[in-house]
Amino acid sequence: MSLDALPEPLLTARGLARHYGVRLPGGLMGRRATLKAVDGIDFELARGEILGLVGESGCGKSTTAKLVLGHVAPSAGEVRFDGAPVPVDHGGDWRRLRRRMQMIYQDPLGALDRRLPVAAQIAEPFQIHRPDLSRAERRARAEELMRSVGLRPDQADRFPHELSGGQRQRVVIARALALDPTLLVCDEPVSALDVSVQAQVLNLLDDLRARTGFAALFISHDLKVVRQMADRVAVMYLGRIVEEGSPEEVLHAPLHPYTQALVSAAPSPHAARRRQRIVLRGDPPNPVEAPSGCPFHPRCPVAVARCAAERPPLLRDAGRAVACHLAQTSAGGFAPAPLPQTFSGAA
Amino acid sequence: MLAYALSRIGRAAITLLLIVTAAFVILRLTGDPAIIILGPDAPPAAYEAFRRNWGLDEPIFIQYLSYFGAVAEGDLGRSMRDGREAIEVVGERIPLTLALTLPALAFNLILGLGAGVAAALNRNSWIDRAIMAVSVMGFTVPSFVMGLTLSLIFAVKLRWLPAGGAESWQHAILPIVTMGLIGAAIIARFTRSAMLEVLGQPYIRTASAKGVPWRRVILDHALPNAAIPTLTIVGFMVGSLVAGAVVVESIFSWPGVGRLLVSAVANRDLAVVQTILLLIGFTMVAANLCVDLAYGWIDPRLRAGRAAPAK
Amino acid sequence: MPTAPTPASPLVTLRDLTVDFDIGDRFVRALHGVDMEIRRGETLGVVGESGCGKSITWLAALGLLGPAARTGGSAVFDGQELIGMRPRGLDRLRGGRIALIFQDPASALNPVQRIGRQIGESLRLHRGLRGAAARAEARRLLDRVGIANALQRLDEYPHELSGGMNQRVMIAMALAGEPDLLIADEPTTALDATIQAQILDLLRDLQTETGMALALISHDLGVIADMADRVAVMYSGRVIEEAPAHRLFAAPAHPYTRGLMAALPDIEGPRRRLETIPGSVPPPHALPPGCAFAARCPHVDGICEVSPPPLRPVPAAPARRAACARLEALVRAPEPAPALQRQEQRA
Repeated sequence: MSLDALPEPLLTARGLARHYGVRLPGGLMGRRATLKAVDGIDFELARGEILGLVGESGCGKSTTAKLVLGHVAPSAGEVRFDGAPVPVDHGGDWRRLRRRMQMIYQDPLGALDRRLPVAAQIAEPFQIHRPDLSRAERRARAEELMRSVGLRPDQADRFPHELSGGQRQRVVIARALALDPTLLVCDEPVSALDVSVQAQVLNLLDDLRARTGFAALFISHDLKVVRQMADRVAVMYLGRIVEEGSPEEVLHAPLHPYTQALVSAAPSPHAARRRQRIVLRGDPPNPVEAPSGCPFHPRCPVAVARCAAERPPLLRDAGRAVACHLAQTSAGGFAPAPLPQTFSGAA
Repeated sequence: MLAYALSRIGRAAITLLLIVTAAFVILRLTGDPAIIILGPDAPPAAYEAFRRNWGLDEPIFIQYLSYFGAVAEGDLGRSMRDGREAIEVVGERIPLTLALTLPALAFNLILGLGAGVAAALNRNSWIDRAIMAVSVMGFTVPSFVMGLTLSLIFAVKLRWLPAGGAESWQHAILPIVTMGLIGAAIIARFTRSAMLEVLGQPYIRTASAKGVPWRRVILDHALPNAAIPTLTIVGFMVGSLVAGAVVVESIFSWPGVGRLLVSAVANRDLAVVQTILLLIGFTMVAANLCVDLAYGWIDPRLRAGRAAPAK
Repeated sequence: MPTAPTPASPLVTLRDLTVDFDIGDRFVRALHGVDMEIRRGETLGVVGESGCGKSITWLAALGLLGPAARTGGSAVFDGQELIGMRPRGLDRLRGGRIALIFQDPASALNPVQRIGRQIGESLRLHRGLRGAAARAEARRLLDRVGIANALQRLDEYPHELSGGMNQRVMIAMALAGEPDLLIADEPTTALDATIQAQILDLLRDLQTETGMALALISHDLGVIADMADRVAVMYSGRVIEEAPAHRLFAAPAHPYTRGLMAALPDIEGPRRRLETIPGSVPPPHALPPGCAFAARCPHVDGICEVSPPPLRPVPAAPARRAACARLEALVRAPEPAPALQRQEQRA
């Protein structure tokens, strides 16, 4: 580690929050309530790094993606890209920023225009941001991008519905990389794909990253995929980050009880024996009616009285972070929260 | 729910206002009732007297305000032809129109729903194709062509049924069938697509997988869900119970509200026209309101608020 | 004439099951002679990627495919032949002794009927219960599947419940008929990981309590590994491998199964580049004359392209079967396939 000031991270979020006002059924006009989709998160992403964001529905990972890209404005806090706050007004600045940050979606069919051939869609970013290029040049670059993602040139004039799911996702990736962005936000990019196709697309993303060095926010509910792709992992629950660290740290030695449950719930054929599984009670929480204290305490198998009263802050120590009262040692370091006494599943 | 109902009613009132305003303006700008009713050869003094009598010499927005003032008191004006109350003139025609449109609606529903469901259950078979072909004809052929054709065949050529007038119940048959065929065609198409959509839903397969006999699956699971979108079009048809017979009444010389509307417009009989428009607007709006409320009753998902449960 | 099963013979046997779909001008074969069997109380995992026919197999056996499908072959349940059975007979079995649950429970329940009524339908059809007795039993079933406030839930609609709860309702409906066999088609795919763990636990619990057999269909190898006693792997409308679960995942025999295992990222173990299976699944109307996997197989040989290999016992492991012409070479190869090697290192 050099003694110079560390380079400023590519992406920083400080106290980032996004709340929505909603009406719940009840009374004459319905009760007003606040849906806290993202409730104050901090993270940093260095150039060329991949941060994996994991969590279940309602945890706020998709809203985080929208905040990072400037699709919605934060209710509190800020997100900065390359030193400047991310604009949200869809004006000139915001549009220029599209050259540097792009998104890959879960549903490739929905992300592509049904009526345009795929090469035209891959070339579209050039049309918007590089008016200096001629039509032939745009076409040539589109074909080159297709080759780099493993599509054949004869597929250039196909329509999205004529391609398979994996091929469509490659088109989406090619289009996203057209302008050589610095940041790629991937929201469940392989969840809709079969295992064998998923492997192809993940390898492709790996190769492209090695070649072009983009950074990525990689959002997924699938721990295996996040472990495969990410340099660092953050676990979200009810709009907050509850644990952070390297994939090995978070997934092999989880500190937070939620992460422990998540890891033990992820089934894998590579495990030779039946694991003792931590099974949480109840449903994933409703971000409209967040519990007091620690948001996880109603489902936590090892919660104590303090957890209902006091919300644990996210504490950081050299790249590792956890928000849990029970994950601290008296010496001030971190230790895994105790595992529940009884497990379910076969003994 | 209350807020929802109030906003719907408010919107309805605005719609009515707009309808009547538009008719008011157009009618007055496109023809002089005095000349039309008194004839082109009457002395100028007669025209002036007529206009003064009916308040037509005043500026248009004064006429507008005084009209609405009168409506607020329940006075909808008088017919310029015979001086009777407009309400009375229109009111005596309503039963005659309903005598056509209510049976036609029943015809629409029975034939249309039946055909639509049959087509959906036998998708792509000859039954389906035949029903769809006939239904296309049903709603692309204009009502006057349909009416005149039926009249030609059954009244003129075959002499089974009378061609015009309203003397007996046989006179009602051709008008009802004309409207009924067109309405049934529309409902058949809507019902078919609603049923197909529902039959493709996972819960239909679940019902079969539970061992529910196919007939019960259709009756208990498919039809109630298919009723929801079909309700829209039925609501529209209920709304046009009063207005939908204009063309048909004219062809078959049936003295209902529709024919009255045609002659009142031709004569610029302003109060009668406006009264009929108010009636049509009110019926349409009331029907839509009922449909909106019925949605809430049939589809429980619409009753609840916007908050979705957690996954 | 089918005979009643003895304790040793299977509960349900599928023999040479074929399905042809009418696509207008011709028929396309989707299932090419599937053999499967399940014993009482056993869990059979049926695994494969999209389009392999895993769902169609069981829908065909129960006559749920609709008029456009033509089913051939045999499906014997407890001595009764299901293929060609009269609708009344099938209706009696379905939802009674054979129950099904599906993916995406929210859309698998009738949205305009209350929960109690939907469960009551099963109770009325298969146990003759009505009125207060039915209601009491429905409540007991909801309790049994772990739904809190069961009495209140009876009067609620599916959209008022979460995905996990809806799946429990489906399970309760399935239990209403006191089934000997439960067919679960991707029951947890649409659910969050922690909820998935709950549902799988519940299924295992119920199996232990009632002794019912379970056919678990999934694309998720991990879920299958966790739950199944035996596994059948399907590809392009055929069963290409069948083995006890722990043997299959420890040492897959068929090249496709090996490819799947190698393509799956892993939480544990070192991070490695994923092995991909090149190419893609052939479309059902354009299958090659020989083995459907030949074009993608690293061990393909001339014999593979002649005709589809039959499912036969694996050399030196007669309890296992695989549909591969080159089994002998693969099982005794001096250099094991990369996936196999990795498995051995980890063991």
